[in-house]
This record gives sequence, structure tokens and C-alpha cells, in this order.
Amino acid sequence: MTVPMPSRPVKRAAYRPSMELVPEILAGNVTAIARMITRAEAGYAEAAPALAEIYRHTGKAHIVGITGVPGAGKSTLVSSLIRAFASEGHKVGVVAVDPSSPFSGGAILGDRVRMSEAASSSQAFVRSMATRGHLGGLARSTLQAVDVLDAAGYSPIIIETVGVGQDEVEVVTAAHSTVVLSAPGLGDDIQAIKAGILEIADIHAVSKADKPEASATVSALRGMMTLGSERAGSSWTPPVLAVSAVSGERIGELRDAIARHWAHLRESGELAERRRGICRTRILGAAKHLFQRKFDERTGEIAEHIQAVVNRDMDPAGAARLLLGWANEGQAT
Amino acid sequence: MDKASMAEQTSGDAPEQDATIGTIRVLVAKLGLDGHDRGAKVVARILRDAGMEVVYTGLYKSPNEVVAAAVQEDVDVIGVSLLSGSHVPLFRELGRCLREEKADHIFVVAGGVIPEQDYAALWDSGVDAIVPQEARAELIVTTIRNLIAARGRV
Repeated sequence: MTVPMPSRPVKRAAYRPSMELVPEILAGNVTAIARMITRAEAGYAEAAPALAEIYRHTGKAHIVGITGVPGAGKSTLVSSLIRAFASEGHKVGVVAVDPSSPFSGGAILGDRVRMSEAASSSQAFVRSMATRGHLGGLARSTLQAVDVLDAAGYSPIIIETVGVGQDEVEVVTAAHSTVVLSAPGLGDDIQAIKAGILEIADIHAVSKADKPEASATVSALRGMMTLGSERAGSSWTPPVLAVSAVSGERIGELRDAIARHWAHLRESGELAERRRGICRTRILGAAKHLFQRKFDERTGEIAEHIQAVVNRDMDPAGAARLLLGWANEGQAT
Repeated sequence: MDKASMAEQTSGDAPEQDATIGTIRVLVAKLGLDGHDRGAKVVARILRDAGMEVVYTGLYKSPNEVVAAAVQEDVDVIGVSLLSGSHVPLFRELGRCLREEKADHIFVVAGGVIPEQDYAALWDSGVDAIVPQEARAELIVTTIRNLIAARGRV
């Protein structure tokens, strides 16, 4: 059995140098933006200088994280927010993350199913991204994709995390403003005072407000707020908003709350602190990735260390220090 | 290359590994008024299990919506399943949108119910392969890998 194919030759296309794409990205060319994101994800060394150049043009966009459990309605909400921001003349960027298979490395990226109408507007750029083994709710290159969109003039840029559990809070070190979306009908008020995901919200949204259980979830979250709601060093009190993408209820209010938080960050000076936090996390993340790559390349040397650890001649932390060239630097692990 | 040798190449072995061509991204779409998406979902799952990243767009898409999504997602392949009988005009429009967006480096693979007498019309519209209903999973995967290996990274 064969697959029928045309008699013409297979399509060819040339690889364009990444540096050539930079001016096109700055001018907002969609194809160039999309291509650069692909190269950032692949981690091509050829693209590194171009990404460094792009980074110099970033820092204008408001980066908004949207997180919540699987099925909470994140993609649907993002779709509504695209329309709400676009109606005010914003060019909205979206990076929507879905999990990669730990077995095949493949992924089904389904966030567009809920966004079709909004995503095909010329005011929006939506990119689906697989985690490719990265844990914490984002992909390794999510913020490089955000850089590309920022340099191209998109703002706000919405990062939609994978459907998270209670503990995947990486988005808070990536975004300026974090919206935690809770679905109604999942757990009581003790869930609301647990540590983790609910603590990171700058804005709480409760989805499916058209369902009767939504008001109980709103009460539980507001109850939690009365026990103390401020993030350390912030004078912002996170609002709790029940929204419905079906009826469009309060989507405009949520958009305004997001804009108000951005204004608060800038006026209070908290933005500078968040930016330093984001940069710190990114440097550490990039360093970890570089080390991982070195580790994968130096298989021969590492095999010796593995054998030494297997033989109990060295402990795993000692082998790690040797690899980092820190053999003489004390006993800290 | 003639038709027979192309077909032979397609049913041959897959490239050793995807490392040389990177992660393959495929957009799986249903065009027009065709609500039968079971086959598209099965194919999406097959490609996922072969290590590809599959952007699934859902039902009732227009050709220009599919092309806009394919450009933003920078996919290598658009896979379209059609069982509605309207494949000839829909693929013609898809091909036109791809050329208009200067995105015709993206391969178009057709699946579903496509009668043989319509093949020529689909080739004219820029379709790169037609996967018959009886194709086994490996054949779909190999077809896509071979097309991309022949084109290289863009």
C-alpha cells in the first residue's frame, strides 16, 4: 500500500538566517514572528544572537498569566479576553501551553479549539506550545516566545499555563499579573486556604458564573481573603470576579481589573521588583538548561562519574560538584 | 521525480530519527460543514504517539482560518480530513490562501473520503499527498516524515 502523491517534485524552501528575520519581527510580520518562536523552542545556536537582539527591544508589554486546573475554562476565558482587549484597540499576544507526552514526546495542542474565532482576528497572535518535558506549568521557551511578541508590539501578552495542580506556580515568576481561574463545584473552603496555586493570584476569577455553584466558590475565595490577602510587599488586594464566557458576563470587568493591576504595579513601583524577579528566574532557568545540555553532551566523562557513584567511591552531590568544576568549593550541596 | 518513485520513497523507511529535522508540528483541521471528527482525532493521536506536536483546531473551519492558524503556529504540515464531498473547492481555496499568505512551504496532506477521479484536481490545488482510508498508522507517520526530510527545516 502506498500513499498517492503528485508527479511534481516535493516542495522546497530555504532556511533563512535568523538575523534576517529580526527587522521583520520588529515590523510585526506574522510569519517571521512564528518562525523565530519555533527556533527559540528548538534551541538552535544559530538563533541565539537574533534572540539576544530581540530581547533588547522588549520590556514594553504587559505580561498576564492565566492559570487554573484542567477544564477550568482557561482557553475559553483567553478567547473572551482577546476580544475584550482587541475591542479597545490592543494587539493581543497569546502563548498557550499544553503538556508533552512523557513517552513519545508528542503533544496534542488543543487550546485553539476554544479560541478559533478570536484567534483568527488580525488583532491577535496565538501560539500553542508543548512543555517538552518542562515542569511547573510553562515550557522552557515560553518567555522567549513572549519576548518575540513583545518586540513585535503585542500587549497585553497572555500566557495560558497547562492545566495545573495545586503546586505548579511557575507562572508567577514569568508574568507581571497572574489571574487564577477557579472552576465552581470543586472543593470547599478549606481548599481555599491551602498553600500553593491560590496564593499567587493578583486576580481571582471564577469561571462558569452562569452555574449556580459559582457563588459558593466566590464566597469561599472571599472568605480566604478576609484572613489576609496581600502578597509580601504589595498593597494590592486581589479582587474576586465571577465570569461567564457563555454570557460574556463580567469579561469587561476582568479586563479592567487586569489593566488596573498593571497601573498599580507601575505607580507603586512594584513593577521594578517583579521585573527583577522575572529576570532572576530566567537567568537561573537558562543556566540550568545550559548545564543540562553539557550533561547530555559529555556522556563519556559522565559515565566515569556514574561508575564512581555506583561503586560508592563518590556520592552523587560530589559528582555534581566535579561536573560544575566546583570540586574545591566546600561541602555545600 | 515520477509518481511511482515518489510513492516508493514514501512507503520506505522513516529517517533514522527526528533530530535532523527537529520536532515536527502538524495542524489537524476539519474544513467546512463536516461534523465527523473521529478520524481526525484518531490521526491526531497517531501523530502524537509518533512524537509530533499536533495543533488541533476543531470543527467547521474555513480555509483562511486554517491558514492563519498554520502560519501563527509555524507548522510543517496541514492535515485535513474531509468526508463531506466538498473536498475539491475547499482544497482549491486552501491552496489559494496558502499562496496568498506566502505559506506554501507548508505541506498539505488530505485524508477522509477522496475518490480517485478527484486526485488530479487536488494536486492542482497544491495537495502533497492523499492518505487513503485504509492506510495504516505507520504509513501516515512515514509519509509526513519523508516529506519534511526532503524539504528540510525552513
